[in-house]
Amino acid sequence: MLPAFGFALEAPWWVEVVVKSLVLLFIVVTTFAYSMLAERKILGWMQLRPGPNRVGPWGLLQPAADAAKMLLKEDLTPQTADTFIYRLAPFISLIAAMGVYAVIPFSESGNGLWSIGDVNAGILFVFALTSIGVYGISLAGWSSGSKYPLLGSVRSTAQMISYELAMTMSVVGVLILAGTTSLAGIVHAQNRLWFVIPQLGGFAIYLITAVAETNRTPFDLVEAETELVGGFHTEYSGLRFGLFFIAEYLNMITVSCIATLLFLGGWNAPFGLTVIPGIVWFVLKAGLFIFAYIWLRATLPRLRYDRLMAFGWKILLPAATLNLMLTAAVVAVTG
Amino acid sequence: MDPYVPVSVFLGVALVAALAFCTVPGLLAQRRPNPTKSEAYECGVEPTSSVGGRFPVRFYLIAMLFVIFDVEAASFYPWAVQMRALRVNGLLEMIVFVAVLGIGYAYVWRKGGFQWR
Repeated sequence: MLPAFGFALEAPWWVEVVVKSLVLLFIVVTTFAYSMLAERKILGWMQLRPGPNRVGPWGLLQPAADAAKMLLKEDLTPQTADTFIYRLAPFISLIAAMGVYAVIPFSESGNGLWSIGDVNAGILFVFALTSIGVYGISLAGWSSGSKYPLLGSVRSTAQMISYELAMTMSVVGVLILAGTTSLAGIVHAQNRLWFVIPQLGGFAIYLITAVAETNRTPFDLVEAETELVGGFHTEYSGLRFGLFFIAEYLNMITVSCIATLLFLGGWNAPFGLTVIPGIVWFVLKAGLFIFAYIWLRATLPRLRYDRLMAFGWKILLPAATLNLMLTAAVVAVTG
Repeated sequence: MDPYVPVSVFLGVALVAALAFCTVPGLLAQRRPNPTKSEAYECGVEPTSSVGGRFPVRFYLIAMLFVIFDVEAASFYPWAVQMRALRVNGLLEMIVFVAVLGIGYAYVWRKGGFQWR
C-alpha cells in the first residue's frame, strides 16, 4: 500500500519495494553529488578562494556538468590489463557502497521505520558489505597491469583491513549497552541517553578508523599523488573512474550515518525538540560528520605509511579492546 | 515479510543501476585508442619491466594477522549482545579470552610484526 497518494493504492509488494529502492538510490546519489560540491566549496572558502562558481547560480549545477563530462570521456583499458577483472572492480566497489543503504533506518514515524529493511544483524550487514568494498580496490589495482595502481592497491588494502579491525572492536561497546545488533534497536536504546556520552572512547576510535576506512585525508595514502600518481585508479578513466569516486563518497556518507545511528541517537531529537521531525535531525547529525571530514581534509597533512600502520595496530586496537572490556565490566557489575 | 527480501531487491536495483552507469558511456563516449594511449601509465616513460615482480612480505604478514584478529573480533559480537544476561560470569570468561589473545598480541609486537621496516 502506498499511503502517500491520499487514497489506498493496492500494489504488489515488490512494486512498492522497487519504487522505494529507486527513490532511495536517487536520494543517495543526489546526496553524493551535492556533498561533493559542498566539499569543493568549503575547501575553497577555507583556502580563501570562491570554489566552483561558474556553472549555474553559486555553482549549483557543477555536479551535472561533471557527470556529463564523465559520460563523454573516452573509456581506456590498458593493454596490460586483465580486462574482465578490470571492468568488474568498479562494480564491486559501487554495489558494496550502495548496498549498505538498504539497512540504514533514516527515521521513524507512525507507519514504521524509514528503511528498506531493518534486518536484525544490521551492523554486521554494514561491516560485511564495507569489507567487500575492499575487493574493488585491491582487484582494480591488481588487474590494471601497471605499477602505481598495484602499489597503491596493496597499500590501501593493508590499511583498510588494519583499521577495519579497530573499527569492528570500537562498536562492541555500543552493542554491550544496546544488547542488539539491529540498527533501529540501537537507536531505540538511546532514547534516554545518547551513546556518545558513555562511549566517548569508542566514539573517538570509531571516528578515526572511519576516516581511514574511507581513505580520506589524513589517511589517504591510497592516492598519495606525490608518490603513487593516483593510486589504485590511475589507469581508470571516464565513468569507470567515476564509479570509484561515487563509491568513495558514498562510503563517507555511510560512515557518517552509522556514526549518527550508533553514537548520536539517530533520529532522536535533542533537548526534547520533537517538533522538528526525526529525519531533519538525522540529516543534520550526519551532515555534521560530513562537514568534519571536509574540515579535516583542509587542515591535516598526510601521515607517513609506517606511522599509519603502527597507529592502527599499536594504539587503536588495544584502545578499542580496553574500551570494550571496561564497558563490559561496568555493565556486569551494575547490570 | 522477512526484511532480507526487500534488502535483496534493493541490492538487485543497485546492481541494475551500476550496470546502467557502466553501459551508457559506452554508447555516448568516443573511442579512438592508439598504442601509446593504451600503454600502462608510468609518467610518460615507456614501461621498463612488467609488474609481476617481488613484493614486500610485510603485506602478507598483515593479511594473516588480520585474519587472526578479525575472527577474534567476530567472537566478541554474540558475547556483547548477551552481556546483560551473562553478567560477571561472562566478564570473567572474556577476561581469560582477552588474556590469551594478549599473549599472542605481545608476541607479535615483540617479534616486530607491527614494525614497518
